[in-house]
Amino acid sequence: MTPLLSVRDLRVGFGRDPQANEVVRGVSFDIADGETLAIVGESGSGKSVTALSINRLIDFGGGRITGGAMTLKRADGSLFDLTTAAEPQLRAIRGAEIGMIFQEPMTSLNPVLTIGTQIEESFRLHRGLTGRQATAAAKEALDRVRIPDAARRLKYTPNQLSGGMLQRVMIAIALACNPRLLIADEPTTALDVTVQAQIMALLAELKRETGMSVIFITHDIGLVAGIADKVMVMQNGQAAEQGELSQILDRPRHPYTQHLLHAVPHFANGSATRVDGQRDRGESTEPALKVDGLVVRFPLKSNFFSRATGAVHAVDGVDFDLMPGETLAIVGESGSGKSTTAKAVLGLVRSTRGSFSVGSRKASAERSAKPVQMVFQNPYASLNPRLAIESILAEPVIANGGRMDSETRAKMASLLERVGLPVNSLQRYPHEFSGGQRQRLCIARALMLNPSVVVLDEAVSALDVSVQAKVLELLVELQREFGLAYLFISHDMAVVERIAHRIAVIYAGQIVEIGDAASVLSKPQHSYTKKLIAAVPTIDRRREHFEIDTRQVPSLVRPQGFEPAPARWERFGPDHRARVEA
Amino acid sequence: MNYLMRRLATFPLVLLGVSILVFVAIRMVPGDSITAMLGTEAGLLTPAQRDSLAAYFGIDQPWFIQYWRWIGGILHGNFGISVTYGRPVLDVILERFPLTLELALLSMIIALAVGMPAGIYAATHNEKPSDLGVRIVAMIGQSTPSFVLGLLIIYALSAGFGVLPAMGEFAPLWQDPLRNLSQLILPAITLGFAFAASVTRISRSAMLDVLSDDYVRTARSKGASARSVIWRHALPNALIPVVTLSGIEFGYLLGGAVIVEQIYALPGLGRMVLDAILQRDYALVQGAVLFIAFNFMIVNLLVDLAYVALDPRIRLGEQ
Repeated sequence: MTPLLSVRDLRVGFGRDPQANEVVRGVSFDIADGETLAIVGESGSGKSVTALSINRLIDFGGGRITGGAMTLKRADGSLFDLTTAAEPQLRAIRGAEIGMIFQEPMTSLNPVLTIGTQIEESFRLHRGLTGRQATAAAKEALDRVRIPDAARRLKYTPNQLSGGMLQRVMIAIALACNPRLLIADEPTTALDVTVQAQIMALLAELKRETGMSVIFITHDIGLVAGIADKVMVMQNGQAAEQGELSQILDRPRHPYTQHLLHAVPHFANGSATRVDGQRDRGESTEPALKVDGLVVRFPLKSNFFSRATGAVHAVDGVDFDLMPGETLAIVGESGSGKSTTAKAVLGLVRSTRGSFSVGSRKASAERSAKPVQMVFQNPYASLNPRLAIESILAEPVIANGGRMDSETRAKMASLLERVGLPVNSLQRYPHEFSGGQRQRLCIARALMLNPSVVVLDEAVSALDVSVQAKVLELLVELQREFGLAYLFISHDMAVVERIAHRIAVIYAGQIVEIGDAASVLSKPQHSYTKKLIAAVPTIDRRREHFEIDTRQVPSLVRPQGFEPAPARWERFGPDHRARVEA
Repeated sequence: MNYLMRRLATFPLVLLGVSILVFVAIRMVPGDSITAMLGTEAGLLTPAQRDSLAAYFGIDQPWFIQYWRWIGGILHGNFGISVTYGRPVLDVILERFPLTLELALLSMIIALAVGMPAGIYAATHNEKPSDLGVRIVAMIGQSTPSFVLGLLIIYALSAGFGVLPAMGEFAPLWQDPLRNLSQLILPAITLGFAFAASVTRISRSAMLDVLSDDYVRTARSKGASARSVIWRHALPNALIPVVTLSGIEFGYLLGGAVIVEQIYALPGLGRMVLDAILQRDYALVQGAVLFIAFNFMIVNLLVDLAYVALDPRIRLGEQ
């Protein structure tokens, strides 16, 4: 039987001399009707370029197909050569026979058009529908992706919907004309883990309903287990290995596949937590950081002169303490208040109420003027591209009244060496470093002032898995060596399991569960923690079915003067408590 | 609506600031109306004659009393009397304004009609020879002074075709539209050329930005045609910088175009203000500057309202 799509020795290059600058170098695969192929690889492996070559969108991104053949079996059974087809023929294929969804739902929809208009466009283009018929079809398409209240939502513009909702809209657009092939390019990477579970469930259900084939591109090999029939692992523009799902996951033959599977932090329900540096009950050491009743509210005003009518309760009564040498992970979804908590601790946002105390370092030898330092999420954006590494590292010292003396230079050299970068890096500029190296630089910068607490805000989220593992390792070593306390903010449960001693789960601005990592992850008590943990994709959960949940995230906007009810806690162990749910 | 009211409420504050600035600035220029009017003969005036002339012009009082009188008059709709024209300032300004407004509008229409298609064309043919051609013409347009272009046009017409631009008494639009247009079209082209060059450059770069945005890729993945991608998906997103630039240029043109008015002998606001400064016609300069500032504020308000119409993410004064 002819496959739906057959790709043979595909080669794609960029620039003036595409042959010399090939990013995809001879990739072959077949997809049968109704089959799901997952393409897995790290950034720069050529997986997205492969995907964009199939419907030839790569032509608009400066790419050229330099060799190979791609053949699509059309709905009427005829074979269509995608490699040589002209633009007008391709337009009849795109959207009608091949649908596509992208990584960033927030930017993939046109901000100035209503979502109704954008869905209707597909029907106008390929079905010739206009006016009321098109609107009715668009409403049906929204119903299909389980968006409640579809008729009203058609009139929304993208800025009025959340990321998860927008990705549903994208799916509605891609599937509007019932394409037989859906290309999903990292469709859940930008989404929260529970939303990711919802989108994956929706894709699986729609696939069952329509019998379409799917090419699913991801960097997360854990996500593959739930959806794919076949897997192709890509490295440096070539297929390192491909085969059936179970064969790739359970009996990987290629060393790179083995490395990928090994490097990914697999979530193990609390059985892989750290055993070193556990909190010593009954000790009398002063905490490195103590936060009491932290409240951060942003008043809402209808205009500059009028009085506040309400407030966004970003953080609503958070307490925790953090011992030297300990990692407290704060987990939660976007908008839950985890980053605001971190910023308040650093004084980057003003807290409405609450107190902090930052304890002294264990010895008194080198007390720092700024005991709390931070490492940010995006190492590409958090280093000034115009400053040499030397200036970047010296900046915190100089900003705090220090000077560029031999002591500072010695400190820079020793920290660079400590984070694993050559000393000659000092004269270089950020663009000369890779993502992982940049994050090492950020860590070195944070340590310049001898802090006792380092806030790591999604510090490894932007890194490829194998790099991520090494940076985590470095963080653990530095923690032991300098007795650092980490406030580790993350949405990634598998990473948290590797680095945290204690975990605080935050939801709608409040901590709902806090305790030692092993018991929180293995015996979650609060319903939200359970939901969060259930949503973590792992390679052991094959073809798992998720219930589709269409609830919107609760609003954090409260009327003026609103105070949350005081928390009641229930204990579940020596160091494990959860908020009693109403 | 609420927003509109609040914006309009800030107008008097800004105008008050402008009035103080212009009042002080014009008085810092050496010389006064008497010297400006009589030239070297002013030296022959006896002190008594000079005093009585000063009292006639109202410049014998301390400056704050002069300012107070002026502002008080404005509140009653009286902008003072122009020394040079011997008529109320507002009449002089309003007589000149239609020409300036019409010239500004015509230039903007030319600029948008030429500049936007050229910019879009260049953006969609990025780095091809045709793009380079458009960019070179735009560069020339932006860097050619208007007097060079104006004189070249007149020279080309008279030497090449033996035609001269319609000069003579200015005919307002409502009296003789044809003659009016024939008088204004060349100045409008002269002004519009440089304006169009800026519009071309900014719409080219805005379109280039937008064309690499994710939603354009989405539109293409739906099978949208090149034309639909450009006009329906990309252009509305690229308009904001074009509107901003057009607003500023238009507001600037409403203050008159001194050089072009001079070359084509047009009685516009620009030449009037220049003459008024040379004549130390305090009342006329002050009134004209206030008038120009007011127009600029109106244009800015319209630009802000246009933003809202163009982009649903922009909300005015609300959160």
